[in-house]
Amino acid sequence: MVHHTLTSRQYVILGLVALCAPLGDTCLSRGMTSLAPISLAHPGTLIAAVFTPWIAAGITLLIGFFASYLTALSWADLTFVLPATAFGNVIVALLSRFWLHEPISLMRWAGIVLITVGVGFVAQGPSFTETSSHAQGAIDQSNPTYAIRPAEAVEEEHVR
Amino acid sequence: MMIPSSHVHPGPWIAAAMIGSIILSSTAGEVLTAAAMKSIGDLDEIRAVTGLKGAIRAVVTCPLFFAGVGFLALAFFALLFALSHLDLSLVAPASASLTLVTNAIAAKLFLKENVDRRRWTAAVLVCIGVYFLAH
Repeated sequence: MVHHTLTSRQYVILGLVALCAPLGDTCLSRGMTSLAPISLAHPGTLIAAVFTPWIAAGITLLIGFFASYLTALSWADLTFVLPATAFGNVIVALLSRFWLHEPISLMRWAGIVLITVGVGFVAQGPSFTETSSHAQGAIDQSNPTYAIRPAEAVEEEHVR
Repeated sequence: MMIPSSHVHPGPWIAAAMIGSIILSSTAGEVLTAAAMKSIGDLDEIRAVTGLKGAIRAVVTCPLFFAGVGFLALAFFALLFALSHLDLSLVAPASASLTLVTNAIAAKLFLKENVDRRRWTAAVLVCIGVYFLAH
């Protein structure tokens, strides 16, 4: 099996996946706790909640997460992307503790440490399962068009 | 059915049912989405050839992608509902981490991913981590 190594740009994408998801979740939590508890009898209140500022901010961040997540899935396995971005749990815990002031026990801290170790394990391995149908999708390290901002990269291509 | 307010925490079974419904819907959504992205190929390469519009077109013309998004939307509303009753520091790590284990099984079965010893070890460590998180 080919051992795929990631480019720095691909690490940035994985970082965005890990960061946007917990930040979005935290905004959602902040928004939901400021609303009255929602009961199964009135599911319509869930729709109304979408238009409150904190929930809207959370959804925007989660859209950013989803775009980076889809990009990551196009060049890496699901069983690589999910653990590699599970580090976001540590960020959620820190945000919950210091922003939402939720208590975190020693056991929860231990759980967060174990998850982080698990992430370290999976990140050491190959990122993509090579099959014949994926051969054309393999990462081309010599591709010069990798850039931070995609629109500019495309424009540069046209200029050249 | 009476749902307790956010100040009175729901019982363990109700909490488990809330987190379980997030896990089921998001596993289905993530496996379908991953299958869609694998069938499309490397988005960076597609963008290099056809530009950003071409990459977006490749994604939104894939039916598997919409099946995945449907389940992910379901998972999202299940998460919103759970967050109105449970702590974020329980719901987010528990659902995200348990989803990782169910996804490892589903990815091996349906996506034929090479889930090696390293990846299973990671899944087990995360499982123990979740047990600690929930206590």
